[in-house]
Amino acid sequence: MSPRNQRLLLPAASVVVFLVAWSLYVHTAAVSAFVLPPPEAIVAALSKMVFDPKLWSHVLVTATETVSGFVIAVFLGVFLGFVMARIPPVEWAAKPFIIVFQLIPKIALAPLFILWFGFGLESKIVISAALAFFPVFSNALVAFKSIEPGDRDVMVILQARPMQRFVMLELPTALPVILTGMEVAVVLAMIGAIVGEFIGGNEGLGFLAVSYLQNLAVPDLFAVIVLLTLLGLVLYAIIGRLRAWLTPWHVSTSSGG
Amino acid sequence: MGLDMPPSRSDIRISGLSKIFGSGGAAVAAVTDANLEISHGEFISLLGPSGCGKTTLLRIIAGLEIPSAGSVEVRGKSVWSGAVRSTTATRPISMMFQEARLFPWFTVAENVALPLRIAGVERAKRQARAHEICATVGLKGFENHRPTALSGGMRQRASLARALVTDPEVLLLDEPFGALDAMTRDALNVELMDVCARAKVTTILVTHSINEAAFLSDSVVVLAPRPARITNIVEMPFERPRDLDLQRRLEFQDMVGHLRHLLTGAAA
Ligand SMILES: Nc1ncnc2c1ncn2[C@@H]1O[C@H](COP(=O)(O)OP(=O)(O)OP(=O)(O)O)[C@@H](O)[C@H]1O
Ligand SMILES: [Mg+2]
Repeated sequence: MSPRNQRLLLPAASVVVFLVAWSLYVHTAAVSAFVLPPPEAIVAALSKMVFDPKLWSHVLVTATETVSGFVIAVFLGVFLGFVMARIPPVEWAAKPFIIVFQLIPKIALAPLFILWFGFGLESKIVISAALAFFPVFSNALVAFKSIEPGDRDVMVILQARPMQRFVMLELPTALPVILTGMEVAVVLAMIGAIVGEFIGGNEGLGFLAVSYLQNLAVPDLFAVIVLLTLLGLVLYAIIGRLRAWLTPWHVSTSSGG
Repeated sequence: MGLDMPPSRSDIRISGLSKIFGSGGAAVAAVTDANLEISHGEFISLLGPSGCGKTTLLRIIAGLEIPSAGSVEVRGKSVWSGAVRSTTATRPISMMFQEARLFPWFTVAENVALPLRIAGVERAKRQARAHEICATVGLKGFENHRPTALSGGMRQRASLARALVTDPEVLLLDEPFGALDAMTRDALNVELMDVCARAKVTTILVTHSINEAAFLSDSVVVLAPRPARITNIVEMPFERPRDLDLQRRLEFQDMVGHLRHLLTGAAA
C-alpha cells in the first residue's frame, strides 16, 4: 500500500476497530447500558434526534451563545491587548486585575453571572466571553509588543497616521499570534456556554444533556456529547479558514495540515 | 561643498550636532560636534569603522533619533524642535535601511506603492507608478510576488524602489547593499547613481566600502570612533557620468589609497 493510501485508510480503520471493540465489550462483559451504551445505541439515538426540530433550536442556542461570547472576547482581548501594548502605564495600572483574573477559576464565576444576568442567553454569553477572553488578550498583548522597531521606523519615515500604522503594520504583524489565541478561545467559549446551561436555563445542548441525565437517557446523553464535539469541530475549522484567509503569507498557514 | 552650486542652495545643514546615549559612566558619545553642509543634488558618503556613529547620524537627520545637542536643517527647516520631530521638515526625506524591511502581507508592488498609499494617492495611479519604478530597478515580472519569494538582492531592489517611488528630494541609505555579493552590489550602485543623478536627489550613503564611497560620491565624509567624530571631508574630483571603468583608473586608485590612509590614521 502506498504511504498516501495508508494515510487515508489507517485513521478510518482504527476508528472502526475502536467502535467494534467497544460494541463487543459492552455486549460480552454485560456492562449496564446505563453506564456505557454500545455505539449502535448512540447512533440510533443520534439519528432519531436529528429529525427533531426541537434539537436544532437547542443547537442554535448553544451556537449563538458560544459565537457571541467568542466575538466579544476577541474584540475586547484585541482592543485591550493593543492599548496596553501601546501605552505601558495602562498595563502597569491593570496588572493586579490581570493577574487576579488570570488566576481565578472563571468557571466559579458562572453562578455569579447567572445571578447578575439572569437565566437567559445573556448570562451564558458573559460566561463564555469571560472564559475565552484571556487567551486572546494575552496573545494580542505579546503580539502587539513584539512589532520590530525597524518596521516602526519605516512607518515613521513614511509619516503614517496612527490608523494607517495599525491597519498596515500592527494588525498584520499581530494576526498570526492572535489567531492562535483564538483557536484556544473558541473551545473555551463553548465550554463557558455549556457550563452556563448546566447550572441555569432551559435551552441549549448543555441543558439538554442535564435533562437526559435526569431521565437516565444515557444513549441520548452520549448523542449530545457527539453533537457538541461536532459543533466544536465546526468552530475550530472556521478559525482555520479565517487563518488561511487573513494571513496567507504566514508560515502558520502554509505548514498546516 | 557642491562643485557648481552656490552655497545658499544647501539642502542639509548639520551644525554642532552631538548625540550621547545613556548617562554617567555608561554614557556613549555616538556623534560629537558634527558639522556638515550638503548641497542640492549632491551625493555624499559617510565612511568609517564600526561604531563611529554613521547610523546614529543618519537616524538623527531622518528624525528617528533625538540629538543631544546641535541642529539639523533640511531645506531650511529644522528636523527637531526640542524633542518633537517636524513632519514638514522630514517630508522630503526617504530612507532605505540595511535590511529590506518589506512587509510580507503585501506583494512587491504593494510594498513599493506603500509610501504613495500612505500619502493618499489613488490606487490606479500608485499601481502604475509602482510598476514603473519596479521596472527601473530591475524587478519587472516580480510585481505580484510576495517578498518572501524574492532573493536577498531582489528584496533590496524592492526596498530601493519603495524609497524612490515618491521622488524624494533627500535620500538616506544605511549600508543598503552591504549583504549582497560584489557583482549585484556594483550593478545596484550604478543604478542608484544614475537615478540620483537624473532626479537630482540629495543623497547620504553610509558604507564600509572605500571603493563604493569613492565611486559614488561627490564628497566622502571620514569618521573615526572613540570619540565618534568627523575627521575629514574629501571631494571626489571624478567627472560624471561615471561607469565602473573609473575604478581601474590610476587617479581613482590613488584616491582610494588616500582614503584608506585617512581611515587607518583616524582609527589609530
Ligand atoms: N540605541 C542605542 N543605545 C545605546 N547606544 C547606542 C544606541 N545606538 C547606537 N549606540 C552606540 O553609539 C555608537 C555608534 O553607533 P552607530 O550604530 O551609529 O555606529 P555605526 O557607525 O553605524 O556602526 P556600524 O558600522 O557597525 O553600523 C556605538 O558605540 C553604539 O554602541
Ligand atoms: Mg550602522
